[in-house]
Amino acid sequence: MFEIRIHSRGGQGGVTAARLLATAALHDGKYATACPFYGAERRGAPIVSFVRIDDHPIKVYSQIRDPDLVVVLDTSVMETVDVLHGLKKGGRVLINSAHPQKFAGFTSFNVDLTGIALKENLVVAGSPILNTPVLGALAKVGIVSADSAKTAIRGMFADGRNVKAAEAAYQEMKI
Amino acid sequence: MKEISTGNKAVAKAVKQALPDVVAAYPITPQTEIVETIADYVTSGQMKSRYIPVESEHSAMAACIGASITGVRTFTATSAHGLLYMHEMTNWAAGARLPIVMANVNRSLGPGWNIWAEHTDAMQERDTGWLQVYVSTVQEAYDTTLMAFRIAEHNDVLLPVMVNLDGFVLSHIMQPLDTVEPGDFIPKIHLPHAIDTKHPASYGGLTGPDQHFRFRWEIERSMRDSEKVIAATEKDFAKRFGRSYGQTENYRCEDADVILVAMGTLGKEAEVAIDILRKEGIKAGSMRLRWFRPFPKLDLKGKEVVVIDRDYSFGYGGILAHEIMAKCHIDVYSVIAGLGGQEVTYDDIAEFVRKRRISHEFWFGVTDHV
Repeated sequence: MFEIRIHSRGGQGGVTAARLLATAALHDGKYATACPFYGAERRGAPIVSFVRIDDHPIKVYSQIRDPDLVVVLDTSVMETVDVLHGLKKGGRVLINSAHPQKFAGFTSFNVDLTGIALKENLVVAGSPILNTPVLGALAKVGIVSADSAKTAIRGMFADGRNVKAAEAAYQEMKI
Repeated sequence: MKEISTGNKAVAKAVKQALPDVVAAYPITPQTEIVETIADYVTSGQMKSRYIPVESEHSAMAACIGASITGVRTFTATSAHGLLYMHEMTNWAAGARLPIVMANVNRSLGPGWNIWAEHTDAMQERDTGWLQVYVSTVQEAYDTTLMAFRIAEHNDVLLPVMVNLDGFVLSHIMQPLDTVEPGDFIPKIHLPHAIDTKHPASYGGLTGPDQHFRFRWEIERSMRDSEKVIAATEKDFAKRFGRSYGQTENYRCEDADVILVAMGTLGKEAEVAIDILRKEGIKAGSMRLRWFRPFPKLDLKGKEVVVIDRDYSFGYGGILAHEIMAKCHIDVYSVIAGLGGQEVTYDDIAEFVRKRRISHEFWFGVTDHV
């Protein structure tokens, strides 16, 4: 089973990103569950959501304790939240940033999802949309196939700029 | 068609296909998404039902009762305090023999204020005459909701059915869902005692001491008969759509020495714990209780039994544990875990089984096993 924890702030689309990722995994022929951690969530507050992907039906409901991959949609949460908590030895970190960042003992990737969203003018209520471009980055890391990522995005969003943003993230991110 | 859906949306999708004539509901966390989704289906014309947005849960059940007695299909959904606010009317629904289907998203009761999963809300409806089923996956929530209409409306049952799903853990999780085309799986509703304006009669009238007990017995007789209807409904569902669950879902129980009994999502996560215990050489199995009313006959003779209760009866004990002890004439290790959404992992569940002490009670996070 492959376990992913997504860190974001309320309103940035972390929960939708989890849903899109699970949907893409389903298109890949896998089993997947996505769940947000519900607390007293509010706009701007740090939130986490979880995705599990497996070849077999998933029976686990408890929270992910030792993820294989951590996704950080907003690096400012790292000031107050230990995003590496429980990350498996040799695990991977994907951050939304134009600048590479090293995490001792882990493999890290970075891509400027915010810049891509702004370039495509994917902005809702003043916030750049990060949940569709991040799917492109996750496809690049190999979590889901690029085709399934695009199918999942098209299934949820009619606006073609979402797929374009995912393609841009796929192109721009170096692995 | 396969898709990713929340538990709440899965219930709403099943309701859309069962097509009740009347839905009367009041929103409450974590159930709101069910009635919101249904309201959206109705206003967008995808579902030709009458949706009555009422001012309280008591009124929601009263409106379902009023509609149901005219012989039409009805649905509502609620949770926790909303369910308890209905309590007078839930008794009425069963007593009046009305096949109302309700989804209850299990949630703790305040104070302390808490919106997370617990079964105590539904347990307080235990003796009302409602059938109660507890589901453990998004798919099962969908399938069971479809089956609930057929079971409730069956002539040998004619009692309301409550489909229970764990708050947030299941109501808000996103899992694969394979929807079906129900076709004639749910037959047209026929309520034998529906209001007929050509033959006026009074409903809910006075029944004296020489009659009332007969009506009570009729409820119990139908409860007992409902076991056959549930089995037949599951069988036909399996034949048509390839899935079935049973009154209990048993996992590696055949040769087990110790059996863990739980309901809802903890009963599903328990299967992971069973695999861990088996690797350690402990012959353990999991029996996930689906139908709590009617209470199934459980084959637990000669087994060591560990019961997880996500509920409690103060001054008495874990409700499921004590029902099993009384019904099966056995003693159990009673574990109280998951109250108010308390995090319980498969490792914790495996530990409950390893540390079992039959005839003792253990409060997870509070007391020690010994």
